[in-house]
Amino acid sequence: MVDNLLSVLIWLPIAGGVVLLAMGDGNDAASARANAMRWTALAVSVLTFVLSIGLYTGFDTTTAAMQFVERAPWIDAIDVWYYLGVDGFSAPLILLTTFITPLVVIAGWDVIKTRPAQYFAAFLILEGLMNGVFSALDGLLFYVFWEAMLVPMFLIIGVWGGERRVYATLKFFLYTFLGSVLMLVAFIYLYRLTGSFDMGRWMEVPVSLTAQKMIFIAFLLAFAIKVPMWPVHTWLPDAHVEAPTGGSVILAAILLKMGGYGFVRFSLPMVPDGSRYFAGMMIALSLIAVVYIGFVALMQKDMKKLIAYSSIAHMGFVTLGFFIVWHMFGESGAVLGVSGGMVQMVSHGLISGAMFLCVGVLYDRVHSRQISDYGGVANTMPVFAAFMVLFAMANAGLPGTSGFVGEFMVIIASFKANPWFAFFAAMTLVLGAAYTLWMIKRVVYGEVANDHVATLEDVNRREFIVLGILAFAVLLVGLWPAPLIDMMEVTIQHLVEQAGQTKY
Amino acid sequence: MMDLTQYIVAAPEMTLLGLICIVLVADLFIEQERRIITFWMALASLGATLCILLATSPDGRTEVFSGSYVSDGLSQVLKISVTGFVAVAFMYARDYLRANDLHKGEFYTLGLFGLLGMMIMISANSLLTMYLGLETLALSQYALVAFDRNNENSAESAMKYFVLGAIASGALLYGISWVYGVTGSIQFNEIAAALIDDPAMNSLPLWFGIAFIVVGIAFKFGAVPFHMWLPDVYHGARSPVTLYVASAPKIAAFALTIRILVDALGDLHDVWSGMIMVIAVLSLLLGNIVAIAQTNIKRMLAYSTIAHVGFILLAIYTGTEEGYAAGMFYTLTYVVAAAGAFGMVILLSRRGFEAESLRDFKGLNARSPWFALMMMFLMMSMAGIPPFIGFFGKLNAISAVLGSGYTGLAILMMLASVPGLYYYLKVIWYMYFEEPEDLAVLQANTDTRLVMSLNGVAVLALGIVPGWLWALCLAVLGG
Repeated sequence: MVDNLLSVLIWLPIAGGVVLLAMGDGNDAASARANAMRWTALAVSVLTFVLSIGLYTGFDTTTAAMQFVERAPWIDAIDVWYYLGVDGFSAPLILLTTFITPLVVIAGWDVIKTRPAQYFAAFLILEGLMNGVFSALDGLLFYVFWEAMLVPMFLIIGVWGGERRVYATLKFFLYTFLGSVLMLVAFIYLYRLTGSFDMGRWMEVPVSLTAQKMIFIAFLLAFAIKVPMWPVHTWLPDAHVEAPTGGSVILAAILLKMGGYGFVRFSLPMVPDGSRYFAGMMIALSLIAVVYIGFVALMQKDMKKLIAYSSIAHMGFVTLGFFIVWHMFGESGAVLGVSGGMVQMVSHGLISGAMFLCVGVLYDRVHSRQISDYGGVANTMPVFAAFMVLFAMANAGLPGTSGFVGEFMVIIASFKANPWFAFFAAMTLVLGAAYTLWMIKRVVYGEVANDHVATLEDVNRREFIVLGILAFAVLLVGLWPAPLIDMMEVTIQHLVEQAGQTKY
Repeated sequence: MMDLTQYIVAAPEMTLLGLICIVLVADLFIEQERRIITFWMALASLGATLCILLATSPDGRTEVFSGSYVSDGLSQVLKISVTGFVAVAFMYARDYLRANDLHKGEFYTLGLFGLLGMMIMISANSLLTMYLGLETLALSQYALVAFDRNNENSAESAMKYFVLGAIASGALLYGISWVYGVTGSIQFNEIAAALIDDPAMNSLPLWFGIAFIVVGIAFKFGAVPFHMWLPDVYHGARSPVTLYVASAPKIAAFALTIRILVDALGDLHDVWSGMIMVIAVLSLLLGNIVAIAQTNIKRMLAYSTIAHVGFILLAIYTGTEEGYAAGMFYTLTYVVAAAGAFGMVILLSRRGFEAESLRDFKGLNARSPWFALMMMFLMMSMAGIPPFIGFFGKLNAISAVLGSGYTGLAILMMLASVPGLYYYLKVIWYMYFEEPEDLAVLQANTDTRLVMSLNGVAVLALGIVPGWLWALCLAVLGG
């Protein structure tokens, strides 16, 4: 089993999705058949998660080499391989994916009334494709997963989304596609240079400085749109607001991580000189995201939009952590910055997912995302309020929660790089607290604002399970991040070496 | 004494011709209610042609009939493809024609004559053989477009097609005469040899002739600025005819290009490549942008064809074997998707109702999840989203262009596919995000459904194992 664990993690959910599609939708969402489909989807996603634990237990933290490697020829004529493997960057992200997907399935359990089979099938197929993105070591295979992933997400937003779903989902698809077309050109360029799509060889091959700069820009477009970085972030608030809760969760928790993953897997090791050349710009963009988007988040009236902007600000930390490497090459700070970025990715996956689920819980009851439609929710939903406050604190970076660890590591590292970076980055502690807690004040605390809120029922067992699991994970990573950091440590040291080399 | 073995090389064409005559005559004696027999006879003819094709697989390159006919790996692969696509077109057409009282034997005989023309084009080794094949195909197509003679749209588009087609044929013939006048030969390999012997031939009069030949090629492909006929013909013709015109003849047009520009004028790459590039870039841009504004799916697909032709021509523009192979790969895979897309229009149509507006696709997912999925596969393939086969067509074409050092062109090709994506997504949007306006049950018969399903699955299956096809294209164009 361990021999092809990654393949199982990719193809098992996809096969599950195909089975669901083949079973098709009954006319009645409450029918026994629809129920059977929900259980099938849950079973497949839980099984995938259980299997993925083998990735953690079997992971060797002492090597930066790829593990769980699978390699088979795919397209001989252009030397494309079905080549999978994980290292300290991808393994945690795969675990995050397999961890979040069952929660999304549970969260959509009886909320999705139309075409439940297609809904769950889309999420399962998406899960498989996302695992494929994180484990592909062949450039073309990576691209295939990367693009194919857009299709289920496009459908999830478009079919089960809110009012302006068509606009949002078209914008999402076209925006991300625009970003990745140039990445494909860069891939082909590297293929023509090395005669292979092997990403390991792309990391070794010398590339001229001009070409490195061009390739960096091509990669940047793809990954910056995915992260998303200011100023190419505008698709995200739309997509988040219109997506169904499950779609928002996956989008925030995992899809955004692919941008960050792309930077550490492609940009930094493959075009180190190009990355170094543009590092200043990247740091500036990251800080703009942290500070400016923080202010933008403050002004939002829609809860989902607020969390979407807060995501952009938090992802600014990730890119900041990655690109301060060159300001302190050879020092331990470099490793610290990248680890901080990686921890922040995982932690943001948990927190933002949880926040969107909280909004989803409210939305399912009141059918509004406007902050002004709520007030005093704690009076009628005490358990829910406790969860939401916990996640909000984590979002604001309270020590003891996962949100604190990543941000703190990045701030310390950036202080070593340049105190001014740290100054601007640390503003998030103020801004993050301001926009999150202000929202909490308006939504959760105070007097009961209206009749809708007065009749709210507290979370049911299903919602309690989902939020409880996430709360546990947020606290676990916050209090005991060591296993996560250990998993990445050696890989990050290796990356810092790669990023420090000159290869033209 | 004539060498009789040379007839073996042309055996598939001769068999086909003989069978067409039988179908033509037999059809006269078949009553309207039993017209299905003509259909089966036509399919049997295609089957027999295919068998003979496979039985006479060429071993290397053979030139016969005083060098005016050639048989090689390229001709073999392309002939098998066109035969297959004509069969697919017939299978899609049957139910539709019956439901619309158009089930006449002429459809099949004209289709078969067109196939004969295509096969002659593919095997042509002289300018006149090429012209002969081209006209056989073109005349069949004019008649096919006008096939529903009581329909004003069909008649109008057939008229346009005929007039413009005649002008293009005239241009091609005029170009041929100049090339003949300069080089003193109409045989492709002799033209190539003559150009090597006497470099002085490479001068203005020859370029003048080549320009006219390029016009003829661009017209047959439907490339800008000779694309005007394409949307009107696709729109005006009945859907099965559109399917026919949009599928196999594209492969024949590819053969026309390779045979003339590469076999005969390959050494003059510098002369023709500039023209091809301008035409290709214009097609790419105009096709993708104008398609956005279309509300009729047949017109939309017509403009998308123009954009795809841009890709094919840019691959050929590189002047490398890899580029030609990429062009061939792109043509073959595009035709698979195009046949499926028009097949879907046929599938959704019923008696007296042509499902040609984009709005007719609204809510297809609610009416038939399976065919909505198939249409999504086809659209994603055309948009070049992996893992569908269209992506690998784009990949190979861009790789060939980039490999020849045209980085700017490669970037342009990719960027042009972004607006392209929009109108394919629009079809998916209508199918999945909208509620159906038309609640009628799909009326197509089981066999149309089966062909449609196979076609949809094929774009995915080919995308998962694209290697063999690419290796094949490289092998037959590898010189």
